[in-house]
Amino acid sequence: MSSDAVAIRYPADAAGRPWVETLHEWVTTVDHKRLGILYIVFALVFLVIGGIEAVVIRIQLMRPHSDFVSPQVFNRMFTMHGTTMIFFVAMPVLFGFANYLVPLMIGARDMAFPRLNAFSFWLTALGGFLLYFSLVGGSGLYGAGNVPDVGWWAYAPLTARAFSPGNSSDYWTISVLVSGFGSIGTSINLIATILCMRCPGMKLGRMPLLAWLNLVMSSIVLIALTPLSAAQIMLLVDRYLGGHFFDTQAGGSAAIWMHFFWIFGHPEVYILIIPCFAFVSEIVPVFSRKPIFGYPVMVGATVCIAFVSMSVWAHHMFTIGMNSYSNAFFTLTSMVVGIPTGIKIFNWLGTMWGGKVLLKVPMLFCIGFLFQFLIAGLTGVMLAVSPFDWQLSGSYFVVAHFHYVIVGGILFALFGAFYYWYPKMTGKMLNETIGKVHFWLFLIGFHLTFDLMHIPGILGMPRRIYTYEPGRGWDTWNLLVSVGAFIQGIAILVFVWNLVFSYFKAPKAGNDPWDAWTLEWSVSSPPPVYNFAVIPTVESRRPLWDLKHPEDPDSHYE
Amino acid sequence: MSAITAPIVQQPGASSLPYRGKVAMACLIIAESAIFTIFVVAYLFYLGKSLTGPTPREVLETPIFFTICLLSSSLTVHFASRSLERGKHGAFLGLWFLTIVLGGLFLFGTGQEWHRLIYEHGLTISTNLFGTTYYSLVGLHATHVTVGLLMLTVVLLFGLAGRVGPEQSARVDVLSMYWHFVDAVWVVVFCVVYILGR
Repeated sequence: MSSDAVAIRYPADAAGRPWVETLHEWVTTVDHKRLGILYIVFALVFLVIGGIEAVVIRIQLMRPHSDFVSPQVFNRMFTMHGTTMIFFVAMPVLFGFANYLVPLMIGARDMAFPRLNAFSFWLTALGGFLLYFSLVGGSGLYGAGNVPDVGWWAYAPLTARAFSPGNSSDYWTISVLVSGFGSIGTSINLIATILCMRCPGMKLGRMPLLAWLNLVMSSIVLIALTPLSAAQIMLLVDRYLGGHFFDTQAGGSAAIWMHFFWIFGHPEVYILIIPCFAFVSEIVPVFSRKPIFGYPVMVGATVCIAFVSMSVWAHHMFTIGMNSYSNAFFTLTSMVVGIPTGIKIFNWLGTMWGGKVLLKVPMLFCIGFLFQFLIAGLTGVMLAVSPFDWQLSGSYFVVAHFHYVIVGGILFALFGAFYYWYPKMTGKMLNETIGKVHFWLFLIGFHLTFDLMHIPGILGMPRRIYTYEPGRGWDTWNLLVSVGAFIQGIAILVFVWNLVFSYFKAPKAGNDPWDAWTLEWSVSSPPPVYNFAVIPTVESRRPLWDLKHPEDPDSHYE
Repeated sequence: MSAITAPIVQQPGASSLPYRGKVAMACLIIAESAIFTIFVVAYLFYLGKSLTGPTPREVLETPIFFTICLLSSSLTVHFASRSLERGKHGAFLGLWFLTIVLGGLFLFGTGQEWHRLIYEHGLTISTNLFGTTYYSLVGLHATHVTVGLLMLTVVLLFGLAGRVGPEQSARVDVLSMYWHFVDAVWVVVFCVVYILGR
């Protein structure tokens, strides 16, 4: 069998076509692979924007009494940084990978609803555009400012007309609402694809874990993102129709916004981390040369996390004065999350145990993920204890904790995914040496920033402060944290350089550079438009292993 | 690494997977239910917390007739899609049209109630918490009824043009699922607003 038979490329790749035509094809595409790449590129652009905002924040906080930016600009920076990173970097990039990989992994030719797929992507893109259009469109009133500055939680009554005149908060609301509809559309699409488009033999119990975990993630999106949409609609009613949902002067409640926001906000963490679990669950076995340890338990633990994640939201609100029963309930449920997550960590370790571990760049990032996610989980358990949280809520300890999850966990797994699937998406290998430089630089920068950031938090430094007095013991820590942020910035530049350099200079990757086992590696790199010339039939969880080892197929043991 | 292609053994009819339209509509219904849940929770949370009148007890009247209209439209849409499945084109069109009429009647009822509340009792969305939560919840439902009616009308027009046959019955079923959902939500809204809320 030769790969030439299926090595039909996109028509756009043919030389000599005008770039306008190529652009037109990309804009009007309904192909899940192209939409996946659009999602990923969109997210990378916003990653750079959000990263610049982070650097501005860190320059401002590098030394006491700094006035690098004004307090108003500082508020806008952390608001935009949070909103951008969550809604326009993390979610789109994960949806991008899901879009690209899920149909290939389950042996389908496209998603269940290709046009809905394109529609959802362009909704997300519109949301991102609206958020930044506030730069020019937001100044409804002199002195009101033009960029959202209410924090990414947008707590009431900050968003009330009286405290947020002009249109900046409206841009925030509508951009989050619109991109939320896009996410719901993609999730519906992913669920329908996974349940209805599997190739013959691909039973649920044989699906790659990536498909399973994205199924669970999409289900959480359906239940958890919609409360945010509902709350945004209420906020619009308040701001435009004179409603009183969050208007305390008319008997409304500011606390109910917090509840509605965190009913979304906490499951959101799992929406982001579960696809990263999926990457790790695909990469670790391949680079340990062993099948995943405890496949059914991995699926069960993920479903458990999804269920528990729905009942933990108020641990973000211990300081608002809930009664002791609520505090106890949310402390307990939050700690329970540690059990299925722990199961997963042991399963990945069990996969590596006794395996022939290959320390290629994707595996390095996954090992980094394992250690850092564990530490992030441990500070999470600390913060779940409500008396402890009363001391440290709203401090830099919390900021350090969730950045440990998002950067140390999610971003590391994502980098692993980039190095692992880049050959499939582009047909070129990412450079291994530049990749190792990227890994070590980022690792050093990450730990310098976020390990040390816990300490000023414990010493009492509140989050979101504009500047601070010298001599409180925060100065040196903040300086080191900022230095770490610069090192991370340089590492990101190295990564971007690798993406570009490898695309033009690297050797061809071939169909299956990692000797992997899932269906996406059975087609050419990049895959043809129709994915599979003939829809495959699978007999086990590792169809390519069966193909490469007909004398000892997995189907004998499952 | 040698080039490999996917295993190409094909077993025809080896699997029977669910219809993607139904799965997607079920997902949409789950998502919409979460939105409605938040609005219902807000309504219940703010019951009796309005600082000024009017209160639900003073101004709300139970819309029994229009509720019967909407609920019976669930039956007509069900029998319409069954007729389509069996190829009875005339019965399908008639029942489908009846569904639209019943849904339209319900929407008219909502409009009439809002007109009365606004012009007789001076209750608007900005009057008090009751007004805010009532108009949002009932309005969100009415929006869904409107969207449903638009989609039902599109199918009716295609049906009148002779383009809807038994082969489309799976797709028509998807729309009828949505309509059942809209009716089911009304049962909840009705109980919360007109029974529990007074």
